[in-house]
Amino acid sequence: MATVAQPAGNPLAQALRDVRQLAEDKYSIWSWIATVDHKRIGVMYGVTAFIFFLLGGAEALLLRLQLSSPNATVLDPDQFNRLFTMHGTTMVFLVVMPLSAAFFNLLVPLMIGARDVAFPRLNSFSFWAFLGAGIFLNASFFIRGNIFNGDLGAPDGGWFGYSPLTSNEFSPGNGIDFWILGLLMLGVASLAGGFNFVVTILNMRAPGMTMLRMPLFVWMTLVTSLLIVFAMPVITVALFELLFDRLYNANFFNTEMGGSPLLWQHMFWLFGHPEVYILILPAMGIVSEILPTFSKKPLFGYPFVVFSGVAIGFMSWGVWVHHMYTTGLGTIATSAFGISTLLIGVPTGVKIFNWLGTMWGGSISLKAPLMFSAGFITMFTIGGLSGILHSMVPSDFQQQDTYFVVAHFHYVLFGGAIFALFAGAYYWFSKFTGKMLHDGLGQLHFWIMFIGFNLTFFPMHMSGLLGMPRRVYTYQEGLGFDIWNLLSTVGGFLIAASMLVFIFNVIYSLRKSEKADRDPWDGRTLEWSLPSPVPHYNFKEIPVVESRDAFWNEKYKEDEAGVVIPVVAGASDDEEEHDGHGIHMPSPSFFPLIAAAGLPVLATGLIYDPALVAVGAATTMIGVFGWAIEPATEGE
Amino acid sequence: MAHAETGQLETSTGIDNRKLFMWLFLASECLFFGSLIAAYLLYRGQHDVPCLGGDLSACVFPTDRTINGVEYEGIFDIPFTSVSAFVLLMSSVSMVLALAAIQRGNIRAMRIWLFTTALLGALFVGGQAFEFTEFYREGLDLDTNLFGSTFFVLTGFHGAHVTVGVLVLLSMLVWSGRGKVQQKDSLNIELVGLYWHFVDVVWIVIFTLIYLIQP
Repeated sequence: MATVAQPAGNPLAQALRDVRQLAEDKYSIWSWIATVDHKRIGVMYGVTAFIFFLLGGAEALLLRLQLSSPNATVLDPDQFNRLFTMHGTTMVFLVVMPLSAAFFNLLVPLMIGARDVAFPRLNSFSFWAFLGAGIFLNASFFIRGNIFNGDLGAPDGGWFGYSPLTSNEFSPGNGIDFWILGLLMLGVASLAGGFNFVVTILNMRAPGMTMLRMPLFVWMTLVTSLLIVFAMPVITVALFELLFDRLYNANFFNTEMGGSPLLWQHMFWLFGHPEVYILILPAMGIVSEILPTFSKKPLFGYPFVVFSGVAIGFMSWGVWVHHMYTTGLGTIATSAFGISTLLIGVPTGVKIFNWLGTMWGGSISLKAPLMFSAGFITMFTIGGLSGILHSMVPSDFQQQDTYFVVAHFHYVLFGGAIFALFAGAYYWFSKFTGKMLHDGLGQLHFWIMFIGFNLTFFPMHMSGLLGMPRRVYTYQEGLGFDIWNLLSTVGGFLIAASMLVFIFNVIYSLRKSEKADRDPWDGRTLEWSLPSPVPHYNFKEIPVVESRDAFWNEKYKEDEAGVVIPVVAGASDDEEEHDGHGIHMPSPSFFPLIAAAGLPVLATGLIYDPALVAVGAATTMIGVFGWAIEPATEGE
Repeated sequence: MAHAETGQLETSTGIDNRKLFMWLFLASECLFFGSLIAAYLLYRGQHDVPCLGGDLSACVFPTDRTINGVEYEGIFDIPFTSVSAFVLLMSSVSMVLALAAIQRGNIRAMRIWLFTTALLGALFVGGQAFEFTEFYREGLDLDTNLFGSTFFVLTGFHGAHVTVGVLVLLSMLVWSGRGKVQQKDSLNIELVGLYWHFVDVVWIVIFTLIYLIQP
């Protein structure tokens, strides 16, 4: 980590300086590629994940087309398997997790009063590793020939990859290998991000920003990051074992040699259930920021919401067997996990009541962020209630592997997480672009998506209770499934239409000349005290925090009668642009990209050619060593 | 350059960012090795399942055992592995001495102890390579039985961790040789030490659970 003062004549050092010079020009593409600025990384995360969202959505539409009528022939069974596997994998690992990471990146340093995250270059590495893994995973579509002839090469074992579906015997070809290695690389990216945000939140808070003054979103980021730190290694081991089974004929999940498919399920869900909360806690954090702003009231029962979030984080480790009731683990195990699953509903319920309490009696401003947040609460509650049904063992035996389960987790992950992420997009868009998203178009987007969502997923409760199995490519006439499936398909296309409204809104709003105010919603947290877009150094001076809702309390105080009145203007700092001179910011660096770029090469080599393994490993090594030698900040 | 990454001089907890990072990383590693060890222990009772080709006589077992009246000789060489475990344990001592040396400002002594640590680590990895080769020659491979799969993957990942540690130690040695590691950089050595001791402790757990305690 020591600095290296290269002699002036060294051509390598000169080349490095030249390439760094390129990255200093803030309008050049190189400045984005080499950026270590948490806001730019956040934007890149958001845009990339949204593109993957459209891709995963397109896959879902193909599935829905196939299921729109009985005995349809849009897809054959093999294509159907590959598409639902990629749909699930994409939405979990390439959409909801990175969209949450986008918000972590954009908001956490601003909310705690810091100039960047603790390890800016590691942050850049996280993004590039995620991007490489996402491309690698999707490249698997092309490995079997022409995809336009229907020769899809993607993995076909489901996003859960149950053994023995993933063995060489039942899934020949390399699709599953791409899936394993893609998820391993995504795990590296998530872990790097998880470490970074835990350290950032614990260590980089502005003076006075005690733990119980932190905005709720920061708390939820902390809990989520800790879940990532502890859950990812478990799936990493499971994936490695599967990789050794497939590439080197090991026996971990080979039943002929005594291996147990149950081991896979235990390890997958020991990771998988914390993962569910990794997906939903950031969404809860976003909603907990938006509701107080649009209700003009502080969050109701702040400590309860914080500790409920922490309790959910802890309890998420003790419920994984509810995914495995029907594997025959015995009455005691299933009952115990049934009870723990019921219990985890308690802190979740506490949160829902606190959100309602926040809105109750507030002066509510019905803007798009609030609409999406209210949509989140209602949809998430419906999904939570069907979740309670699943926690009952006998009831779950009926619902296992039916569309009822599909309805349940789409209500929590789409109705929950995606609605909240859009709420966040409408709320914070102006902070990073300097332009407001059009609110009318936002409301239109909300209503089309809300109706489309319910039209898609509510009928799945019906088809599921009628016994329609998941993951089967078609169904017969006359079983009562037809109408519900047709409705679901129509709803799916409505959701797609709402995305067009959103994309139009983004383009339209970015082209508007009107600039956004720094504090358009009368916000409560520190990011609203900064100009929009936020300058690269964030804070001219590191703020001193004296209370929860730090910015709100700068703007308002109570008079003797207890009435809230605005503080006389002039207290807030002037609008003048500061050139950031004299503020030491970390320098851009290409090494995280180089280190990350070696990973997909190495992974490809493991599947096809050992020579590529050497190339990939060498590239990553060069990246890591360059990173270690290069000074983090210019002039040290 | 203790806080060069951030430009801030003090952290909220008073713990250096990089040190907190290392502790979190090691916490995460606990679950990594925990999962591997759990898989080994779960399958430990299953070694009697016939080996490749359905033939029990083609099996290789970790320790002596009798199945259906036939005796099978165990493959573990406890004295040999005890020696290499002792070598790894001693490398933790030299690591501590390296840190103490740099904290006193004695760079020369630090270099000697870093070199000793790397050498002992390399010796351990060499011993493992020898052990793996021996086992392979006696018929144990990844696909032989569950013992082969779980043993090679668990101890292999541990060996990979030691190897990474040796590479980092050697890098430190090279940098210090160019005068880039001074007393003020002692945190770097402390972080390497944390990682090194962790890998050592993991070996104590593996050695005890896999080699010493037999069902």
